[in-house]
Amino acid sequence: MIQNRTPFLNKISASLNRTEINAQPPVKEWQHRPVEKKLSHLTSDELMPAFIEQCGVLKNTTIVEVEAAQAMKEIDAAVQKFGGQSVALWDDERLTALGIEQLTTSKWIDEGMAVHIWDSALGRTENFERTNASNIGIAYAEYALAESGTVVLYSAEGQGKAVGLLPNVFIAIVKKSTLLPRMTQAASKIKEDFANTQLLPAAVDFISGPSNSADIEMDLVVGVHGPIFAHYIVLSDQ
Amino acid sequence: MAIKYNDEAFKDNVNTNLERDFMRGAVTAAQNKLHGGRLKAVEELGDWEEWRNHGEEIRQHVLNNLDYYLNQLAENVEKAGGHVFFAQTADEATAYVQSVVKKKNATRVLKSKSMVTEEISLNEALEEIGCSVLETDLGEYILQLDDHDKPSHIVAPSVHKNRFQIKEVFVAKLGYPEDGSADAKDLARFVRTILREDYMKAEVGITGCNFAIADSGSISLVTNEGNAGLVTTIPETHIAVMGMERLVPSMEELEVLVNMLTRSAVGQKLTSYVNIITGPKRSEDVDGPEDFHLVILDNGRSDILAGEFKSVLQCIRCAACVNVCPVYRHIGGHSYNSIYSGPIGAVLTPLLAGYDDFKELPYASSLCGACTDACPVKIPLHQLLLKHRQVIVEKEGRAPVSEGLMMKGFSVGASSSTLFNVGTKIAATVMKPLSKDNMISKGVGPLKDWTDIRDFPIVEREKLRDWFDKREKKGGKSNDSK
Repeated sequence: MIQNRTPFLNKISASLNRTEINAQPPVKEWQHRPVEKKLSHLTSDELMPAFIEQCGVLKNTTIVEVEAAQAMKEIDAAVQKFGGQSVALWDDERLTALGIEQLTTSKWIDEGMAVHIWDSALGRTENFERTNASNIGIAYAEYALAESGTVVLYSAEGQGKAVGLLPNVFIAIVKKSTLLPRMTQAASKIKEDFANTQLLPAAVDFISGPSNSADIEMDLVVGVHGPIFAHYIVLSDQ
Repeated sequence: MAIKYNDEAFKDNVNTNLERDFMRGAVTAAQNKLHGGRLKAVEELGDWEEWRNHGEEIRQHVLNNLDYYLNQLAENVEKAGGHVFFAQTADEATAYVQSVVKKKNATRVLKSKSMVTEEISLNEALEEIGCSVLETDLGEYILQLDDHDKPSHIVAPSVHKNRFQIKEVFVAKLGYPEDGSADAKDLARFVRTILREDYMKAEVGITGCNFAIADSGSISLVTNEGNAGLVTTIPETHIAVMGMERLVPSMEELEVLVNMLTRSAVGQKLTSYVNIITGPKRSEDVDGPEDFHLVILDNGRSDILAGEFKSVLQCIRCAACVNVCPVYRHIGGHSYNSIYSGPIGAVLTPLLAGYDDFKELPYASSLCGACTDACPVKIPLHQLLLKHRQVIVEKEGRAPVSEGLMMKGFSVGASSSTLFNVGTKIAATVMKPLSKDNMISKGVGPLKDWTDIRDFPIVEREKLRDWFDKREKKGGKSNDSK
């Protein structure tokens, strides 16, 4: 529902010296087109050093590169490194394809860890509570951005936003082939991804490192609301 | 909290704040840090002037086609399943938000830092109908706990408080241990634990909107803390409030402006979180809001759009102008008596809240132009301040008293050549008793305000005109003798 539209917009049209809204979409005739020159011509492989470097700039942000066949070993190693205990993760085919079940249905269970796979059958409260009780959250990123050390997540069935926000540690898996120079390229990719439906997912989240704040004496501290650590696992052959 | 903080005169607020030594040191440190970070981030990006030109043309294009883009935005929000409410006034906006919250029978409201909801006093409106309203941005949270202290910086609202003061607030209000540390990390971690429970119980999330995207019906939220992500994920209802000028045509322009915002505001390539939200959650999603409402606010903006201050609507609220302002550095954010401080506040506050209470603000500037140079979207801030002064004097006929008297005296003196000659000649003699080492440190009358802060040089015995005559006679050689 749209309320009070006409009088509101009429007033704006009047302020712009016209009687009604132009029927034609405005033409964007940009006179200035700055371009980021350092990264924009590089391939995913060539972007890796910049991505790694920027992760070093961000506080509590680590990154490893691994072949897909070794991904499970690497995810397990990361979970152990960050203290294990409890894991919440997306219900995601891409994780299944990597063989996540070895961990979620046997190894982690055998080790006594609590595992919560995002479950639409459970409803919001239950999903929130289990995710909130988890030490580590694991998601799968659509893209990564080298310049800013960013991963891009889409919300969808099975892809709960809370997984990247509530646990202490945020782990993102991302394919190296989806590593982009910067947000410029991500903006056009996102547009392409939803060209058919013309409808973006309810949430597109750009995440660069852990939650942080400098509101107390400009002193940068991490983990003020969300994750205290961010860890990216880049699949080098995908 | 409305735009205006208190009923004190500008001069009294300044005097109070000049005595707050910690605040003044902290403001200087924060300015240096944010400004330094900005310079580095801008340098690293390269081609900054071209980025500024592009930022400016995007903002101007949006303003010139604001009716079209707002219409497009509203239709796309509706297509995505959201509700749109166009609010002409602050009261209409708060009444709508109240009605949504009442319909949900909700009492627990969580907010993520938003200037526009401060502008319309939304917290008070919700408290009136029995809601608890919790600010989640750490700085805002601290201020709210401290009996609603006021923000003193657009980006770093609690910059005027030190860690010990913050600890005391936590001890008094949250039961933080008295012998606990005053380390920023420990204080923040403590808040994390407490706020987490509030997040889990919240029924309504309220956010502002950094930029809406017209062609996708989205809003974007830019934070480092990630609080906007939580506020738009856990509660079942999300209400976003935006100033009507805060939008871009598409993701392409969003990318440009978000990058300029994060670099200009905090010197980061991107903040830790940029959330782009399109409508409520889809039926198959589990989290995210069931209901999404977008309130688009005019509250005087369409009048600004029609007038000579239109370019102020280009503002993306980065506070780069605040961080370079020498006046802000000395008097601090609270002296502006408004949620919008610094140069942008001195331009915007009188437009939104009128000259009656804020006619002094356009004079709180040395017109050095540092603000204009820092602005990523090229708002001619110091020129707009001059324009305000022009309007105040010419149309409103009410310059601040001291300026009026001075100008009056000057016009009498300057319009008669005899008076002008005598006046400028005797000035040095008249000032003599006040001076010491050719400087005046204790002035009287209109000079007092100046000499309270710095010395004033005594008037040269030799007038410029006489000096010039002599110089001419001597064949253009300078004459340094006193």
